[in-house]
Amino acid sequence: MTAAIRIEQVSKRFGATQALDRVDLEIGQGEFFGLLGPNGAGKTTLISALAGLVKADSGRLAVMGCDVQNDYGAARRQLGVVPQELVFDPFFTVRETLQMQAGYFGIARGQARDAWIDEILDNLDLTSKANANMRTLSGGMKRRVLVAQALVHRPPVIVLDEPTAGVDVGLRQALWRFIRRLNEEGHTIVLTTHYLEEAESMCTRIAMLKAGRIVALDTTRNLLSRPAVRMLRVRTDACLPADLGAGPMQEDGWWIFRFENFSEIETRLARIRAAGCTIVDLEIGKPDLEDVFLKVMQEQEH
Amino acid sequence: MGGGFATLLYKEVLRFWKVGAQTVAAPVLTALLYMLIFSHVLEDHIKVHDIPYTAFLVPGLVMMSMLQNAFANSSSSLIQARVMGSIVFILLPPISPREFFAAHVLASVIRGLVVGAGVLLATLWFVPLTFAEPLWILAFALTGAGIMGGLGMIAGMWADKFDQLAAFQNFLIMPLTFLSGVFYSIASLPTFWQQVSYWNPVFYMIDGFRYGFFGVSDSSPWLSFAVALGCLLIVSGITLNLLERGYKLRD
Repeated sequence: MTAAIRIEQVSKRFGATQALDRVDLEIGQGEFFGLLGPNGAGKTTLISALAGLVKADSGRLAVMGCDVQNDYGAARRQLGVVPQELVFDPFFTVRETLQMQAGYFGIARGQARDAWIDEILDNLDLTSKANANMRTLSGGMKRRVLVAQALVHRPPVIVLDEPTAGVDVGLRQALWRFIRRLNEEGHTIVLTTHYLEEAESMCTRIAMLKAGRIVALDTTRNLLSRPAVRMLRVRTDACLPADLGAGPMQEDGWWIFRFENFSEIETRLARIRAAGCTIVDLEIGKPDLEDVFLKVMQEQEH
Repeated sequence: MGGGFATLLYKEVLRFWKVGAQTVAAPVLTALLYMLIFSHVLEDHIKVHDIPYTAFLVPGLVMMSMLQNAFANSSSSLIQARVMGSIVFILLPPISPREFFAAHVLASVIRGLVVGAGVLLATLWFVPLTFAEPLWILAFALTGAGIMGGLGMIAGMWADKFDQLAAFQNFLIMPLTFLSGVFYSIASLPTFWQQVSYWNPVFYMIDGFRYGFFGVSDSSPWLSFAVALGCLLIVSGITLNLLERGYKLRD
């Protein structure tokens, strides 16, 4: 099956900044894919190169097998992009905005087009705002219109750049439900987000970018089972023996140890017991994507 | 041309039409004010080519308004969309550089013609005009507005800020249009300034346009049309090349 997105050896430089450095990435059809990385890692540049908003210095990008340079018409028809910035055209209403976006893609006026626009408006809870001018909408509403604009030509591949930045909790939930449904209906979803718990709960596969390179690429499950820095929290009936090893911290009567391997726990617990202390309570922190993310980013420092 | 072109043209026309007070009524009023003041001061004193001054002035004002508004339309549309970021909505769809160019230039021509027609209608009320050769009028109106629509696209892509665009307008477009024989026949100028005027392409557009009304002009209408057509080809070529390369739009 043709890959939804294929990126081969793509580099892009802006002045002194290497925004993308020989990036290779393949995303299959129907995937729910997360693109993570700190600010300036190159996420938006990668998306822009894919959408033809930025010309890569070298390498090739294709959407559903269509090259974004040589076959840009077909490539752009396969791709819906929700940009990160809250942009809008102040001259038009919500419905006009969507009708025009459909027209740009060559979708003729008519019942089919209007019905689909109505359906998108309904799904994004925008029906009551259909005839409101874009200027009068709140930030969250404008964000929803951006999502609607990306869907108006029914693209099989949808890219969302920070779709929930600055969006309130209720809307965020509704947005995710809608995007998850699109994914279940067969759309390939690629998203960047700063909220790692969102990526953890939504994405089946994740790439981490740093300084224009992909530094980790794996299924979310595998990433979470990587040895990450975890925390052991222990409460004892008395103070701890002195030879317990480096780095315990105290917080509200809990002793906190950082560890990577479970064998480290055994030796520490054995020492506590040998010193005659009794363990009253014990917790082991489950690693989340944030721990993995921080660890991957730190490893890249060295 | 696909549906993208038609929609983009429609959007560009709707964009200026929705703020018509600013984009159509205001320039018509400005041209009227020019006419009232200059005709009040000069009508009794000057005849050009044996034509009463006010009648001589009207075609120049009409053309000047058309040129300036055609430029303003494409340039302000592009820079606004770039500064606000809404340019992505027309960069993401499969609109080819040619369609992109044609839609913006054509919308500029339409705005120019609407404003020009407005000025003409408003002044006809004061000044009786003749229409000696209407085809020349149309030919120069279309090529002139087309050139300025293309120049406006170049300026709108080049300028990163509104003040850069204003500089382009104030230091290039305004002098070229004002010093082109809108208010006078260049035959009345000292020899040196006559020679300079012959290097100003806008002079030929105004002169040829005026020929269409009176059947007399400083220069042959065929020469003027050749210059205008040459300018249109050059400006279009440059604009299309910038669009193909994605200059500042798809860096």
